[in-house]
Amino acid sequence: MPPIYLDHAATTPLLPAAREAMLEGFALWANPSSPHKAGRAARAALEAARGRVKAALGWQGEVIFTSGASEALAVAMTRCVQPIAAVSAVEHEAVLRWTGDAARLPVDGEGRVLTEGSLAGLVAVQQVNNETGVIQPLDELAEAVRATGGLLLADCAQSAGKIALPAADMVAVSAHKFGGPIGVGALLVRDWAMLKPTGGQERGYRGGTENLPGALAMAAALEAPRDWLEAAARLRQRLDDGILAAGGEIIAQNALRLPTIAGYRMPGRSANAQLIRFDGMGIAVSAGSACSSGSLKASPVLTAMGYPHAGEVIRVSIGRETMESEIDAFLSAWREIRG
Amino acid sequence: MIYLDYQATTPLAPEAREAMLRWLSEDGFANPHSPHRPGRAAAAAVELAREQVAGLLPPGGQVIFTSGATEALNLAILGCGAKRLAVSAVEHAAVLDTARFADPDCAVLPVSSAGLVDPSTPIPAGTGLVAVMQVNNEIGTIQPVEGLAEAAHAAGALFLCDAVQGAGKLTPPASADMIAISAHKLHGPKGIGALWVRDGLELAPLIHGGGQEHGLRSGTLSPALCAGFGAAAALCTSLRESDGRHVENLWDQARALFADWTLNGSADQRWHGNLNLRREGLDVARLMSDCRTVAFSAGSACASGSGRPSHVLRALGLSDREAKTAIRIGFGRYTRAGDLERAAAAIHAAVGAQGAL
Repeated sequence: MPPIYLDHAATTPLLPAAREAMLEGFALWANPSSPHKAGRAARAALEAARGRVKAALGWQGEVIFTSGASEALAVAMTRCVQPIAAVSAVEHEAVLRWTGDAARLPVDGEGRVLTEGSLAGLVAVQQVNNETGVIQPLDELAEAVRATGGLLLADCAQSAGKIALPAADMVAVSAHKFGGPIGVGALLVRDWAMLKPTGGQERGYRGGTENLPGALAMAAALEAPRDWLEAAARLRQRLDDGILAAGGEIIAQNALRLPTIAGYRMPGRSANAQLIRFDGMGIAVSAGSACSSGSLKASPVLTAMGYPHAGEVIRVSIGRETMESEIDAFLSAWREIRG
Repeated sequence: MIYLDYQATTPLAPEAREAMLRWLSEDGFANPHSPHRPGRAAAAAVELAREQVAGLLPPGGQVIFTSGATEALNLAILGCGAKRLAVSAVEHAAVLDTARFADPDCAVLPVSSAGLVDPSTPIPAGTGLVAVMQVNNEIGTIQPVEGLAEAAHAAGALFLCDAVQGAGKLTPPASADMIAISAHKLHGPKGIGALWVRDGLELAPLIHGGGQEHGLRSGTLSPALCAGFGAAAALCTSLRESDGRHVENLWDQARALFADWTLNGSADQRWHGNLNLRREGLDVARLMSDCRTVAFSAGSACASGSGRPSHVLRALGLSDREAKTAIRIGFGRYTRAGDLERAAAAIHAAVGAQGAL
């Protein structure tokens, strides 16, 4: 059996158009800050990429290219002109580690964030959870945050390029989650005045020679058609049905979920034991996020949801090229491991 | 176009490009932090690259991959926890600005008219971190970093070396505690660099998240960028002697071609791929616009276009007026003798057209 990759939330293959764009970028290797002709050509290509990223994401504000979502979130969390007011309890560590005493917005049993307490200041909530696929009601939250004069930061690492961006003030995106390369992402800001500058490139908001091949490839990946998500929704329904029929549980079954990510519990089998068996069968899935995989800690996301069997849950995530036969092979393996 | 701006960035080596393609292909993708089989294959590529990059650095430390030297320098300066800093007057903005952010009263170590820091320069009491670059980006001077590191240690301070312009060309600064390097300055890709950290030295991270790079630098590592960096580093190791000879030949040729110009900075304590020259009364902006077929620069790429006189040339004791008459010609592995000849002819013709020089 050829290997089956169902870990697209960790990273997903580079799209052919993005690869072509990278190769074009490798040929434009001059420093975009150099004033000579070669440098100006690189600068023009970078600014064109920035415009294409804005257009493809439907973003009206500014775009700061970064090395990825972790850096974009670090910029937002450390250099926002407003103090951190609250973050959801199910944020990625790239947000949580900055928060100290800031209030944690709890989630309900389906992983949906509950708005309570003060939202005056910087509020960080992801658009889609990386472990469960739950889509947060950010447009409503944005209104509540704005009513207090605060700012909403949305971690859209899992959602950008798949669904429309929320009405947030700042948005973090990562190219390699939507078919672009690893090593490039962006912080989108509605207004420069929301951040304190540091000097350097990117209008003084991010120093370092720009990764032009990465920016071009990111733009190309965002311009790819998104119609595959309808097929993904059908595949995810097939997965859900198969898991339920075989005695499993679906995490956040009743919440609105992105069609590419799902968490499934196999009663009586630890996630790590499942992963080893799946890996041996050539099937790549994960327990929680790739970053925390391999650690034996129970998922903080599932714990925050009050889910009692966090240690028995794996994440299955679907990509653009995922085939029905692969879903069926996964389900067959799942039943075999369950025994 | 003739590219003579090797300090701003260097051409991507075909070998580095090739090494990246494998990790940009249909079946060569995976998150190197995933424990499954494709993830482990990606992690193995990252670790091979780490060894290749470590080959450019001293023994007894670890290589932390970052998005580039700017991030590496920020991690070193802000992460080491030093409250009082001392940096040379000719550091890159990535060091100067970050040091002043960390310590608004940061001490500045002066340079001689040749562009060199004297290792016997007193280091203020209580200094926690001294930063001096190995090779200056504007004038190519090679600082006595071993002596400076010893002086820093004697003063109870850590020593950080920005080795962006020297890595892959010179012996690494063996006594430094932290060393920052960038892939695209040694024929690797943009978007990746590294901080070398001496074993036992603890740093606080600047980017939190998945806890990659021993928790020092979160963010998914790119197997492609790592592999490109590793291949470029390995090539520097294997070609170091021939690259060095090639640059010496180009230097002799370039010096002869510009014999009546004044050299900025030491001729001997210098990386010879950097020719920074000035000429009385020269209008550099006009020269650059008249020589569109030659890519050279006035000072660093980052500061180019700002119109401000170079802080490096000012530190040598040049007046603002003199500093504004300087150009930087940078060359290296892929520069041919004919490139220098044609560039010099174009520059001389344009200078002649400015009259009375």
